[in-house]
Parts: sequence; C-alpha cells; structure tokens
Amino acid sequence: MIAQTAFSLSSVDVHAILPEIIITAAIIAVLVVDLFLPDRAKSLNAVISMAGVGGAAIALMSLIGSGTHRTFGGMFVLDNYAMLFKFLFLAVAAMLIFMSVNYLNEVVRNIQGEFYFLLLTALLGMLVMPSSRDLIALFIALETVTVPGFIIAGFKKRDNSSNEAAVKFFLFGVLASAVMLFGMALIYGVTKSTNLYEIARVLSTKQYPMPIHHADSVVFASILLIIVGFGFKVSAVPFHFWAPDTYEGSPVPVAAFLSVASKAAGFAGLFQICFVAFGSHSSVWAPGFAILAALTMTVGNVIALQQKNIVRLLAYSSIAQAGYILIPLAVVANKSVSIQKEAFAAALTYILIYSFMQLGAFAVVIAVSRRHPDNLIADYEGLSAREPGLAFAMLFFLLSLAGMIPTAGFWAKFFVFRSAIGAGTLWLAAVMVVNTLIGLYYYLSIGAKMYLREPRERGPIQVPYALATAIVLMVIIIVAVTVYPDFFNHFSPRSTLLAF
Amino acid sequence: MTFDEWLLSLVVFLPLVGAGVIAAMPKAQHALIRLVALIASGAALVFGIIALVRFDFHQSRVFQFNVNTRWIDSIGARYHMGVDGIALPLLVLTVALTFLCVIYSQKIMPKPQDKVKGFFALILLLETGMAGTFTSLDLVLFFVFWEMVLVPMYFIIAVWGSERKEYSAIKFFLYTLFGSVFMLLGFLAMYFKSVDPVTGGHTFDMIRLQGQHFGGVGFQNLVFLGLFLGFAIKVPMWPFHTWLPDAHGDAPTVGSVLLAGILLKMGAYGFIRIALPLLPHAAKDWAPYIGGLAVISILYGALCCLAQTDIKRLIAFSSVGHMGFVMLGISTLTDKGINAAVFGMVAHGVITGMLFFLAGSLYERYHTRQIDDIGPGVLQKLPRIGAIFVFVAIASLGLPGLAGFWGEVIALLAAFNPARGLPVALFRSYMVLGGIGTILTAGYMLWLIQRLNLGVVREKWAADPSIDDVRPAEVFAWSPLLVGILALGIYPRAIFDITNGAVTGLARLFT
Repeated sequence: MIAQTAFSLSSVDVHAILPEIIITAAIIAVLVVDLFLPDRAKSLNAVISMAGVGGAAIALMSLIGSGTHRTFGGMFVLDNYAMLFKFLFLAVAAMLIFMSVNYLNEVVRNIQGEFYFLLLTALLGMLVMPSSRDLIALFIALETVTVPGFIIAGFKKRDNSSNEAAVKFFLFGVLASAVMLFGMALIYGVTKSTNLYEIARVLSTKQYPMPIHHADSVVFASILLIIVGFGFKVSAVPFHFWAPDTYEGSPVPVAAFLSVASKAAGFAGLFQICFVAFGSHSSVWAPGFAILAALTMTVGNVIALQQKNIVRLLAYSSIAQAGYILIPLAVVANKSVSIQKEAFAAALTYILIYSFMQLGAFAVVIAVSRRHPDNLIADYEGLSAREPGLAFAMLFFLLSLAGMIPTAGFWAKFFVFRSAIGAGTLWLAAVMVVNTLIGLYYYLSIGAKMYLREPRERGPIQVPYALATAIVLMVIIIVAVTVYPDFFNHFSPRSTLLAF
Repeated sequence: MTFDEWLLSLVVFLPLVGAGVIAAMPKAQHALIRLVALIASGAALVFGIIALVRFDFHQSRVFQFNVNTRWIDSIGARYHMGVDGIALPLLVLTVALTFLCVIYSQKIMPKPQDKVKGFFALILLLETGMAGTFTSLDLVLFFVFWEMVLVPMYFIIAVWGSERKEYSAIKFFLYTLFGSVFMLLGFLAMYFKSVDPVTGGHTFDMIRLQGQHFGGVGFQNLVFLGLFLGFAIKVPMWPFHTWLPDAHGDAPTVGSVLLAGILLKMGAYGFIRIALPLLPHAAKDWAPYIGGLAVISILYGALCCLAQTDIKRLIAFSSVGHMGFVMLGISTLTDKGINAAVFGMVAHGVITGMLFFLAGSLYERYHTRQIDDIGPGVLQKLPRIGAIFVFVAIASLGLPGLAGFWGEVIALLAAFNPARGLPVALFRSYMVLGGIGTILTAGYMLWLIQRLNLGVVREKWAADPSIDDVRPAEVFAWSPLLVGILALGIYPRAIFDITNGAVTGLARLFT
C-alpha cells in the first residue's frame, strides 16, 4: 500500500491544510518578532498568536460544508470529526492565550516569547491529530503536541518543582511514545500498511498480505501496547503517576494546557485508532477500557478527596474525568451500530463539555494564584466575600465538573451514563454513580469554603481583563450547554469518523 | 404560541429571571434587591392565579396549559409541561408560599443580614425548581427541576442557618442526592423499556409512558424500588427521615417554611404523578409496605415530638407524622385516599408553613429555640402571637373545622376500604394505628401549647422591652395563611373539586 500513498506536491489540497499553514506562519512570526522585542513588550507575542489562531479559525470556517477532503495520499483527512476537534482546539488555544498573558508577564517575563512559540507548535500538532488517518502522521502529531509540553512544564527555570515536573513528564512521555511506537511497528508488520483504513480492512477480513504465525496474538499485543501508550497521554490509571506532580510544578497555564488540550488531543487520536483501525476488534479493546475506566474514575476521585493544593486536586479530578470519558469506549464491544454511535457521541460530547469546564476552573485558579502563588485550597476560603464574581464563576465550574444537575457537566455525565445503561454494562454505570457522589463531595467542599468561611486574608484579587474575558466566555459557554444540552451533542452524531 | 401555552413557563421562569436580575445588581442596593424579589415572586403568583382562574375545572383530569416542544432531541427529552387537578393546587401553593416568604423577608432577615442579594436570589431560584417540579410532564425535565432545588436550599441552610448549619445542609444535600440517583436509574430503565406509540422509539414523556408494560411485573417492581427510594427520602418516610429534623431545625425561618411547606410535597407528588400511574402493578404490590411505613411514620413522628425540647425540631418531627397520613392515603390507591393526600399536602403546607413562621418569630425575639426557655407565658407576654400560635397548633392537631382535619380523617376512612386486591385486614389495622396517631398528635400539640403559651411569663422576659408583638411584615405574610387555614377547614370542596376529577381518573387504574 505504500506505493499508493505516493504524492506530488501539486496534488496537495492546500485549502484543506490552510489552518495548519496559518498556524505555521504564526509560529515563524512569533519566533522572528520575539528576537526584536524588548522585554517589556514581549506580550505582543500574544497578539500575534491570537491573530494566528483567529486566522486559522476563519480558514477552518471556510471549509465548513465543503465535504470530506483527503490529501497527502489519504494520510490527511478533513471530515466532520476532524473539523469538530479542530474548532475545539482553536477555541481552547484562544482561551489559553487569554489566560496566560498576564501570568507570563509576571512569572516568566523574559522568556514568554518562547512560550507562545511552543504553545502554537503544540496547537499545530493538535490540529493535525484528528486529521491523521495514518500511523506515522498520528505519531508525529502526537509528538508535536507532547514535546513542547516537556519544555513549557519546566518554564519556571529556577523553581525546583517546575524542573521536577518537566523531567517526570519527559521520562513518562518518552516511555509512552516508545511503547506506542512498538505497538505501531507490530501492526505494520502484520498488515503491511500504516493507513488506518487499510489496517481496518486487513484486520476485519483477516487477509494478511503475507503468511504470519499467531497473527491474532500479534494484533492483540499491538492493540495492548498502543492503548497503554495512549493511556499515558490521557493519564488513565495506572499510567497517571506523572500527572499530579507535573501539573503542580508547572506554571498554572501549562497545567491547564496539559489537562485539557493535550488530553483532548490524546483522546482524538485514541478514537481514530480504536474506531477506525481496530474497529473490528472492539471485543479485544473494550474490556480493557472497562477496567481502565473503572480504575481511573475510582483512583482519581478517592485521591482527590485528600488534596490540599488546588492544582493537584484539579489534576486528580481531571484523571477521574478521563475515566468517565473512557466509559463509552468500554461498552461498545459487539454491540449494534446504534449503540456504538450513541457511545461515540457521548464520549465526544463529554470531551467538549469537559474542556470548557476544566479550563474555566483553571482560569479562576490562575486569577487567584497571582495573589496566592502556593495554590492552596485554603486560599479559597471566603473568596465570595473578596471577589464575588470570581467565586461565583468557580462555583459554577465546580458544580459542572461535579455533574450537579442541571449544569452542562450533568448532561455530559448523563449522556455517558445513558450509553452505559443502553449497552447493558450496568456494573460500570454503578461504579460511575458511586464516583460521581465521591466527586461531588470534594468539588462542593471547595464551594462551601468559598462561601461559608471567613477569608484569611482581606482585599480583592485583581483580575486582569484578558483573564476576565476568558472566564466570562467560558461561563457563557457552560450556561448555553446547561440550557440547551444538544448544543454540543448536536455535532457529535454528525461525525463522519464512524463509517458503519 | 398562545397565552395558555406560555402561562406555565411564565410561572416557572419569572422567578429565575428575577434571580438573574438580582445577581447582576450591586450588592449594596438592599432596598432595590428586595423590591425586585417582590416583583418577581409577585408576578409568578399573579400568573399562578391566572392559571387557577382559567383552569377548566370540569376537565381536571386533562392536562391543561400544555406546552410540548423540542428540547434535547438526541435523547428524546422534550420540554413538556402541563397541570391537571392534582398539580394545580400544589403549584398555586408554591407560588403563594414563596411570595409570602419574600414579603416576610422584606423586614425580617436571618443572620448574616448583610447578604441580602444572595438570599433573595436563592429563594427565587428555589421557586423555579419547585414550580417546575409540579408542572413537568417529561421525566428528564422533572428530574432537572427536582434537583435544581438542592443547591439553593443547601446554601440557604448553610449560610443563614443556626447551630450545626453546615452539617445539616450537607446531610440534606447528600440524602436527597442519594435517593435521586436511584430515581434516575428508574427513569432510565423505564425509558429503555418503553415504546413510544407515535414514533416507535423510546420516550421520557410521562403521558406516553402510561400503560406500558416495561417487560413484566418483576421488572416493574424493581423500577418502583428506585422511584420509591427517591421519593420516600424526599417525603420523608421512616426510616429515611433522619435528614429532616436537622435540616428543618437549623434552616432559617423562611428555609424551614419552604422545606416543610413545599419541598416535602415533591416526594408525595412524585408518587402520585409518576410511580402510581406509570407502574400500577408494582404500586399494588408495594402499597401494603408503603402503608406500613406510613403508619410507622405517624406513630414514630408523634412519639419523637413528645421527646423534643427544641420547638423547631418538634415541628419538624410533626411533619414526619403529617406526611405519614398523606402517604397512608396514597397507599390505599383509592380516589378517597389520594384526594385526601392532595388535600393533606396543601393543608400541611399552609399549617406547618405558618408554624415555622411562628417558631422563627419566637426565635427572632427570644434568641432561643428551647420550649422550656421561651415558655411559659407567651400568651401573657405576646398576646397576639400567642393566640395565633394556639390557633395554628390546634389546626395542626386536626380539629374539625380547620384545614388539618379533612386530609387526615379521610385518609383514615380510605384505609378502611383500600383498593381491590389490597389486604383489607392489614389496612384496617393501619387505620386503627393511624387513629392512635391522631390521639398522640393531639397530645403533643396540646402539651406544647401548655408549656409554651400558658402559665406565667418568666421575669427575665417580662422585663425585656425588645420583645415586641406582631410586626407589620408578619401581618402581611401571615394573614393569607390564617385565612387559608380557616377557609379550607370550612369549605374543603375548594380543593376537592379541583382534585377529584384527576384523582378518580388515576384511581380507576386500581379497581
């Protein structure tokens, strides 16, 4: 199949990759302009980055309704699925830029140009990810997301915990990549192709291009290795150990990036591998995901109960949330098309809603950490008396993360819950219920601290305009989904990834 | 859409709009915030009364003011609202009682008194949740409103409560949430086993879910268990009642009034609206057990009342007993019993709401809730409040001619002749036990009056000039309730005429 994927430059569909081209241009612009900027004007890079993100969004909009584009010999596909994730990533990137501007200016003043360069590079990887229908492209996209993460995690250069964060993340990240690459190599050995659709064809028909002993076991091992690799990326238990330390040590906007953007990108890749390449082997991977989901939810929530640091708490909560997202993957084995579609839509909707509520919570944490850099949960006591607006936004995001009715987070959980019940996997639904109740306790206890305790320190926490904009925008998004849950759920069933 | 289609949405969402407006106002504008709250809840009341006037009483079986539009297509949940003769009295009770609470709070605020903005915004949010629960005809919509009351009530108790307020608030929250998880499971189970007669798919629509088989009696019984847990905790029935004395006792006055007056009714309403009509076979199997728990609630509530020293906890336990009568009426599955239950709910809302107002006013003046500390001699020190207290307490014990009488005595009568297929001897013994419960109720109420109101006032109170009698805000808030207690007692048909048509339609399922 390699021969068929050959391409010439003239056959490239430039329109389809226009968003990526614009982001690349913005990356180069940031890199060059930064050289000539004096230290006090470094935050101009944020404007360039924002312009790049905006331009890419416009380019992406021009592609709406133009059907499915395939280019680079089928390696790069722009369908509704890819479109959905690209919009999500661009929105998340815009929010991250809003959230980072003032923080960076205060904490890492002189190297902030590099931050925007690395953030945009990671964004480029994220944009390519949902379009990659080829193992090699997928791997490159994944690394393009991860490697800038290693660097920005250690951005507080003189801070020991930031260095530790970067090293831990690097070691685990590289290990995960190696494991995944090994799995990909095995599947290439069996199918003689790196194209996901071709792999799917070979695996479902079992017409291997060359005779091979124990083909089933090799495929099994390959699936296992690739899942483990992605397990690291989305920080599923037991591959989660890097996450809390890395989040805690990194600059807070980086923690937000890791827990939302890079995690969503990981899921985007995981869906493509599972539903496209290994679609015929769902009975192999689904039980694995069932165990992962149950463990991830439970461990994440139980450990979150005893956290004193808000960023660590959000880290464990984001682990637990990943567990909920895995549930739909766990229930689809040998199920009817309608159940598979429903599960897939539930997972997508969950990711969309999760991204904004988690990012919102992090935005508030960034606001508070400018005044209280230790990020202790105790710093939130009496927040409502000091900053009523901020406390209200935080309460809203926390209630949503907890899945409290009728917030957007509840609908996310409801769709997942329904897909589990609909598929008949009742035990997993039960585990989910218990976990939701545990989660409610620690999310609400922060809410109670904000509203019921007296503040330890007086005085307002000034929230800069950019950050306030991000918070308000995310509150609006969550309110919109709260009132009209189909707002996001609407897109997911239209996704063309599932070619049943 | 016509005005009738908008009507219920206006009643339900005007308070929410008010809450939004208040949230956007500067927090120092206390007077303006109070005014907005008054306007929003007043407007909801006006539209509630318009609904009462425009309601076709000859057709009380039929859902009126229907609105049924698309909402969440992907799961088949619709925005479907409507009221029949069972929902209408409770809806009107909700908007009326909330409005009176807002009037009361114009002048009398629990501590911390400076947080006016949050207090009124939460009350209005609560009103939307309560009114929505009584009007929803879609299970998902019902569930959303049902849960919407939790967060506001949690904060009302935890911020403005007294004593162990945070403990009580979280206990209330977790208990209710625990029950509603099982309720949601029950809803989903029915959804997946349902066949929509129109579309052929699954449905959450309460009306279309009627008459479905849901895959056999065993399955129905299991689903009923889920619904039972959700509703019985909310009512609350013994042994799920332990959140109630804490929450009612420690909540601020207005919180207790709304908890006892309306929130408890949501549970009993759930039985009548969802559990009984959707799962009639299971309801028949479960009725003897529900009746048994109801009788235990009556007796247990009364015995606990005898042991209380705290006036608010005493009224809270009396609610367990009164709701026991409501549940006994429902468990007979007869038209008489269910009519009595709805009447009992309205009467209890008016009477116990009023009792909590009085208890709050005493606490406001004496700064203690201990009966033996306030009393004796309230009648001597505060003749008007004392007299009102005696009147309401006597209504609460079920004196004929006042509102408390009809719901309880008819529930007992209904237990004499339960629906066909139910164990007659068992229900008759329930009736006897319930009768004993009324005697105990009279006992603790009279004893309360004696300890609190009669006798000679203590010196420390007699000399205290800050203890004043009825204030204007109290007059405005209380007089409609006092009139209601008398009016419902003298002319019970005011409620029965509304409910009877809808109830007989429901009871026909069990004959």
